[in-house]
Amino acid sequence: MEYILIIISAIFVNNILLSQFMGICPFLGVSNKLSTATGMSGAVCFVITLATLVTYLFQYYVLVPLHIEFMQTIAFILIIAALVQMVEIVLKKVSPALYQALGIFLPLITTNCAVLGVALMVVTKEFTYGGEPHMLNLGESVVFAFATSLGFGLAMILFAGLREQIALNKVPKPFRGIPIALVTASILAMAFMGFSGLV
Amino acid sequence: MGKIQLITKGFVKENPTFSLLLGMCPTLATTTSAINGMSMGLATLFVLVLSNMAISAAAPYIPDKVRIPAYIVIIAAFVTILQFVMQAFTPDIYETLGLFIPLIVVNCIVLGRAEAFANKNSVVDSACDGLGIGIGFTFALTLLGLVREILGSGSAFGFKFISGDGILVFVLAPGAFMALAYLIVLFKKVTAKKGE
Amino acid sequence: MAVQSSFKNMTLCLFAVCIVSSALLAAVYAVTKEPIEAAEHAKTANAIAQVVPEFEGDPVPGTVTVDGKEYSYYTVNKGGKPAGYAIMTSSVGFSGPVSLMVGMTADRVVYSTTVLSQAETPGLGAKCVEPEFAGQFKNLDPAAKSLKVKKDGGDIDAITASTITSRAYTKAVEIAVSVYDAIVSSAAQEESAEVEAASGIPQNE
Repeated sequence: MEYILIIISAIFVNNILLSQFMGICPFLGVSNKLSTATGMSGAVCFVITLATLVTYLFQYYVLVPLHIEFMQTIAFILIIAALVQMVEIVLKKVSPALYQALGIFLPLITTNCAVLGVALMVVTKEFTYGGEPHMLNLGESVVFAFATSLGFGLAMILFAGLREQIALNKVPKPFRGIPIALVTASILAMAFMGFSGLV
Repeated sequence: MGKIQLITKGFVKENPTFSLLLGMCPTLATTTSAINGMSMGLATLFVLVLSNMAISAAAPYIPDKVRIPAYIVIIAAFVTILQFVMQAFTPDIYETLGLFIPLIVVNCIVLGRAEAFANKNSVVDSACDGLGIGIGFTFALTLLGLVREILGSGSAFGFKFISGDGILVFVLAPGAFMALAYLIVLFKKVTAKKGE
Repeated sequence: MAVQSSFKNMTLCLFAVCIVSSALLAAVYAVTKEPIEAAEHAKTANAIAQVVPEFEGDPVPGTVTVDGKEYSYYTVNKGGKPAGYAIMTSSVGFSGPVSLMVGMTADRVVYSTTVLSQAETPGLGAKCVEPEFAGQFKNLDPAAKSLKVKKDGGDIDAITASTITSRAYTKAVEIAVSVYDAIVSSAAQEESAEVEAASGIPQNE
């Protein structure tokens, strides 16, 4: 039950893009085409889940026992950067097809704040799914991370679809490009607000 | 370019928010009020100036291939220092901004300036550049925060001037996108006129 | 300009950057540790002073268990007697826990409340810190008023469009009242034990 709550909450209610504002750079940057948006979402999905798993373990088996929690930010960003590099190398060797699809997005992900954001969130924030406020355990953290990245993908793909349609319309000159995209995002965020109170 | 020019160019010509469209996450997330926006801007300014100086001093010794990880470590160190300082002296603001303080590490503005300016200019010039871009960013965030606060809660910098609520949606997520969209349009109009 | 990259200098350089950064961090951490603790301490002291009537000396920390959950509270004294209790409670709001410091006077009245931490939506639930809502809990006698929002048949006016937050806040105050009862009953037990012990002494003589 709790897992279902986590999943619904992370995808719809607290959507990482439309209500938490993390990962807006790729949201605006690579959402021109549906195909690139899908590729980016796939890569983010992969990296967020993996990064959260590794940083969670690192936090509780290295930082906390050594009492150096203050190195959190520095350690996490290094882990994410290293992980992204490794994923790139492994993908290239193991699955060239997948690499072809996701490869060009991988280097961009290190500075996607959704990745660091989710990793930090699961080790610093108390969650209230299923009653009492508590820190997430490993399983919940990974599920939360995966669901969050699904939410990222959902918003991203919906948004890219909308932008493809808008590109065919006549837009007033000062609104062309980013401003009209932001207005679209605003309306999409309003739609997602309808989910609030669901969990 | 003179020092003054380095500082002022971030205000309009290379305004990180309105013209370069960088660092959108904190821009949208922390501007629920003018004070919050300004705090976030100043926090970023602090990191920008210090990391720009450190990176410009260290750049000649860093091998080219590992420069990005090295820069990220330097930036992360300054961000953590900022976290300590804020926790100690402005705990309320630290709590309000929350997660977005550590997320300055992945703010494209900071790494962007390191890569585009600090690693090929002198320490003093880099400090001026950081200051300029930081002020531009702070200005943009304060303005966006002010607009959202006036429309959304009917107050400015915490002083209420209408009784009751404003148009609530401007404090919420959709209002952030909407307000930013219109500010960028306005900014484009104004700068386009200047250019003519 | 930049140094030519080789495996050796790349490793060395990254290592050096990491060492310098960590050393710098450790130094700043050591320097700011005390002010951070002082700031946290000041925050608690401030919250206590806000929610209880005037008192003398330092608040005395304590813990009590109610329904299997441990709550911490501070007793403030005046004239040698407990003048009130500042009780820390929390409950689940709209987007996370809502933590309160609830002040109770010695005669079972909620003196005042203040929010320790909350992550509610700005402009909606976050309004629970404002006097329009929080003021309802000033000098509130839980025996005379029902600690529920009006929608649930109680006496508390909920914040417009933020019933969940209002419920959480009210619930946290309600918990504080039951914590207060537990504190008082355990204090009474201790007292009667003391009285027994005191009255036992002459018998032994």
